[in-house]
Amino acid sequence: MLWIDCPWCGARPETEFRYGGEAHIARPDPATTDDAGWADYLFMRSNPKGVHAERWMHREGCRRWFNALRDTVSNDVLTIYPMGTARPDAPGDEAGGG
Amino acid sequence: MKKFSIFSLARNALSHHERWPEQWRSPAPKPAYDVIIIGAGGHGLATAYYLAALHGITNVAVLEKGWLGGGNTGRNTTVIRSNYLWDESAALYEHSLKLWEGLAQELNYNLMFSQRGVLNLIHNVHDLQEATRRVNANRLNAVDAELLSTEEVKAFCPILNTTAKTRYPIMGGTLQRRGGNARHDAVAWGYARAADARGVDIIQNCEVTGIDVEAGRVTGVQTTQGAIAAKKVGIVVAGHSSVLAAMAGFRLPIESHPLQALVSEPLKPVLNCVIMSNGVHVYVSQSDKGELVIGAGLDPPNSYSQRGGLHTIEDQMGAIVELIPIFSRVRMMRSWAGIVDVCPDASPVIGKTPVEGLYINGGWGTGGFKATPGSGWVLAHTMATDEPHPLNAPFALDRFTSGALIDEHAAAAVAH
Repeated sequence: MLWIDCPWCGARPETEFRYGGEAHIARPDPATTDDAGWADYLFMRSNPKGVHAERWMHREGCRRWFNALRDTVSNDVLTIYPMGTARPDAPGDEAGGG
Repeated sequence: MKKFSIFSLARNALSHHERWPEQWRSPAPKPAYDVIIIGAGGHGLATAYYLAALHGITNVAVLEKGWLGGGNTGRNTTVIRSNYLWDESAALYEHSLKLWEGLAQELNYNLMFSQRGVLNLIHNVHDLQEATRRVNANRLNAVDAELLSTEEVKAFCPILNTTAKTRYPIMGGTLQRRGGNARHDAVAWGYARAADARGVDIIQNCEVTGIDVEAGRVTGVQTTQGAIAAKKVGIVVAGHSSVLAAMAGFRLPIESHPLQALVSEPLKPVLNCVIMSNGVHVYVSQSDKGELVIGAGLDPPNSYSQRGGLHTIEDQMGAIVELIPIFSRVRMMRSWAGIVDVCPDASPVIGKTPVEGLYINGGWGTGGFKATPGSGWVLAHTMATDEPHPLNAPFALDRFTSGALIDEHAAAAVAH
């Protein structure tokens, strides 16, 4: 089980949280986006073997969303940061995997 | 290939079973092949076998980063069925089930294929409506399916708790009698032996580290045993599909998750079929060794770590004990996880990629084992002819752009 440091409530077990998938996926303008761009937005995911930027919501606590960097091999949660901010650097954070 | 039979068994008994020949060679990789298959799991080995057996393409290498059958082929819960809702899925999985039915004879290998029946339980009115619709759809597609009442469920599988005194009482079930189990390792070994006998090189401990692409066309792969050239390359790597796709420069609609399973101590025969429940989400069968084989749900976060959280298993065990109370004192022996690659519509991607000569077969999510023969069969056809077979044409990668998804989430008799 993951141990996640909610920025408002502190460290809590994974079972209190809702996983929200990959972070930083911006919705393109449907009027100007072609099918491939829309498919990329809806379905394509980076799914890296390594550092992954992802969203979490503290469902059984403050019910607020936040972003995290987590290593998908070791499952270490590396950094917690607010939604709407740019992805920070993390130790060993490089374009790896997929 | 030395034929296995009662006579070869008797002959080798005389030499205390110490002189059985190796079932496949362990060759060094050649500098070039006509076809390279990345991944020596069941699907990859089946692809190589059908390329050689049906299409006469024998200059083939299957590259495996570990040992063959050591990934999800050796980690799944071996359920085989074809009772999928949508026409495209029913056709593909039913084709696979038909191949299963003759596979042990074809490969001359005991796959311990057992058509003991797959029973999907119904717990509420919505389940009942969905199950009725699916049974009718299955029958229209010539897939055997029956709708059972609670009493018929009890008669078919007596150890189920069909009383009303449960949180989610059993209101009935659907039964596919031709469904069942097979020995997962034997499937990989049987295909490996048969492919090897036809000239396919199976190269283990050979991890692909890069895919060579020149002018939009694949030319070979980089591996831990050096560069190997090939005219065609197939990616059949289950949980690592996205990693391999990234090597070739394209993205997939796939996320990788741990899927856990566990087995109990061996018991005398007690469970005569495969039990699956969508409502409380669990599936269980009993292996020929006597162990209960129990599958869990996905762990939600993406992961490549081949381990999941204990809380996921706890949910499964709670459901099992409610469905089958006599299992409450059975001790669990081992648990593990495999990395499954999940598509948004819970259907696989089988076909061409944006790179010419590069093909992919992945995204099977939680249910790829049952499709092993059919999956290899259609990918072999696609790679040999450079055109998808009608069975796998709907499963092309471009369905995510066209919108023609095959949405088997909650439709395929079990929640994915």
